[in-house]
Amino acid sequence: MLHAASASALRERVVSGELRAVDIARSALDQIVGADARIGSFLHVDGEGALAQAAAVDRARAAGETLGPLAGVPIALKDNLCVRGVPATCASKILEGWIAPYDATVVERLRAAGAVIVGKTNMDEFAMGSSNETSAYKLVHNPWDLSRAPGGSSGGSAASVAAGMAPLSLGSDTGGSVRQPAAFCGLVALKPTYGRVSRFGLIAFASSLDQIGPFARDVRDCAIVSEVISGRDPRDATSVDLPVGSYVSELGRDVRGLRVGVVRSTLAEGCEPGVVSAIDASIDTLRRLGCEIVDVALPTAEHAVSAYYIVAPAECSSNLARFDGMRYGPRVESPDLLETYGKTRALFGREVRRRIMLGTYVLSAGYYDAFYAKAQKARTLISRDYAAAFERCDVVLTPTAPSVAFGLGAKTKNPLEMYLADIFTLPPSLAGLPAISVPCGLSDGLPVGLQLTAKAFDEGTLFRVASAFEHATDHHAHRAPGFATASVGGAA
Amino acid sequence: MSERISLDETRKVAKLARLALSDDELERMRGDLDGILDWMAALAKLDTAGVDPTFHAVEMVTPLRADEVREGLRHSEALRAAARSDQGGFAVPKVMEGE
Repeated sequence: MLHAASASALRERVVSGELRAVDIARSALDQIVGADARIGSFLHVDGEGALAQAAAVDRARAAGETLGPLAGVPIALKDNLCVRGVPATCASKILEGWIAPYDATVVERLRAAGAVIVGKTNMDEFAMGSSNETSAYKLVHNPWDLSRAPGGSSGGSAASVAAGMAPLSLGSDTGGSVRQPAAFCGLVALKPTYGRVSRFGLIAFASSLDQIGPFARDVRDCAIVSEVISGRDPRDATSVDLPVGSYVSELGRDVRGLRVGVVRSTLAEGCEPGVVSAIDASIDTLRRLGCEIVDVALPTAEHAVSAYYIVAPAECSSNLARFDGMRYGPRVESPDLLETYGKTRALFGREVRRRIMLGTYVLSAGYYDAFYAKAQKARTLISRDYAAAFERCDVVLTPTAPSVAFGLGAKTKNPLEMYLADIFTLPPSLAGLPAISVPCGLSDGLPVGLQLTAKAFDEGTLFRVASAFEHATDHHAHRAPGFATASVGGAA
Repeated sequence: MSERISLDETRKVAKLARLALSDDELERMRGDLDGILDWMAALAKLDTAGVDPTFHAVEMVTPLRADEVREGLRHSEALRAAARSDQGGFAVPKVMEGE
């Protein structure tokens, strides 16, 4: 009965003593038992760990200690994040049975904030996919329509929140992997600036692009958890030493005079009509709120898919070289060492193998300049496009995805078709910029996502605009039918 | 139709990547890569003369930390996930021939 409550409401009720963290944890675990057979969002549920963490929160309250910003709030974590003593498989057979020996930095920070980790969520294998269908274990069904994909690669994290199994979850975003599933499942998700959140304990896919990002049902909850996980970490040399600032204090602020850049040219092509009309209506809403709408151009963005599907596979071919069956994971023994490597690594699924091959190819002698170096130069031009756009505006507005959630199996035949699902999320990723996806309406009963992109380390402005937009509309209040019950958190 | 990548090249890349692929898988992989590379050829049209590559989107220098002794992963924990271990080390297949 607590599963529809927001994280901020739950925390308040724990602090006031109205609810015990242990009862909230039990309610979340019950909802997982009741709903996940239909959804498939969890790979491991850690009931014992969750109840122990919740009990610690209740003890801290009884002892009169100050409670953290997520005290007693259940959270689900993507299965590429390390939680000490809990399996982390990346939804791959090559990590079957592996138990993480340490906590990721984000996990340490969540624990310190009083959050209760309920389990590990399903994902595309090694975060490579846009529909969650490359998981080696099981499909994830979109809570809005069980015949459709939840998006990917953090599809389990998105579906778990959309189906009320936890008010919050973390995913990782390399080319859109939190924003696109948030759009498909009607949620808010942030891809922070590259370097904003420590990647220590996140199993690497493409190191120059990967960032951890949260899912929530409203902008406030997203702001709270984003603040908790952000900031410099000496264990990640690419985490940046800049003050995080208060995202929560941006909520409810006036947006009059803020300039919103709209890309009207090439990006609008290939979008479903329902997405286009929801985006047009969103632009009108922001104009009504006093934002100035300006046209901007991202001329190199049309090359983002090519550039990304060169850079990310190149980095993955290097990062995934460590999975050779020697130090962890299953080993397929053969008398010959090369054969042992080859057969062990054949445990990777088809999409992961495809990306390792593509990455190895574009980095190999004779092709490096034509592909890899060229893609890295395209990346520079994309960053320059944004720099020019931000001369004229404070945030850039696009759809998050060109369509609403597509059917399971609809894009699995042709890898290129799946890659094109990422056209809007890839440009900010290549430029390292922060971007948020917020619900902006329904098309034939399915959620549409609005993506806002800001300058590096200007997450604050994203939360400010997202909050004003949410306040002016009721899109975030739509819940997946069948998983929508009266909101306990709001009413209490 | 000309090929972007041949079956021999695909086999060579698979060997570099240490992936054992059956003949059927190699053929299918070649077809997949061919389609992707064909589509990516459009990137050649982008004028990148005089443009520096971006390896990391956010400019940074390598940070240094104080050189202090800290507890790391324990020996036994590091070995726990190994397929085989022996005498406190990872046991691996023979690497050198004839010894």
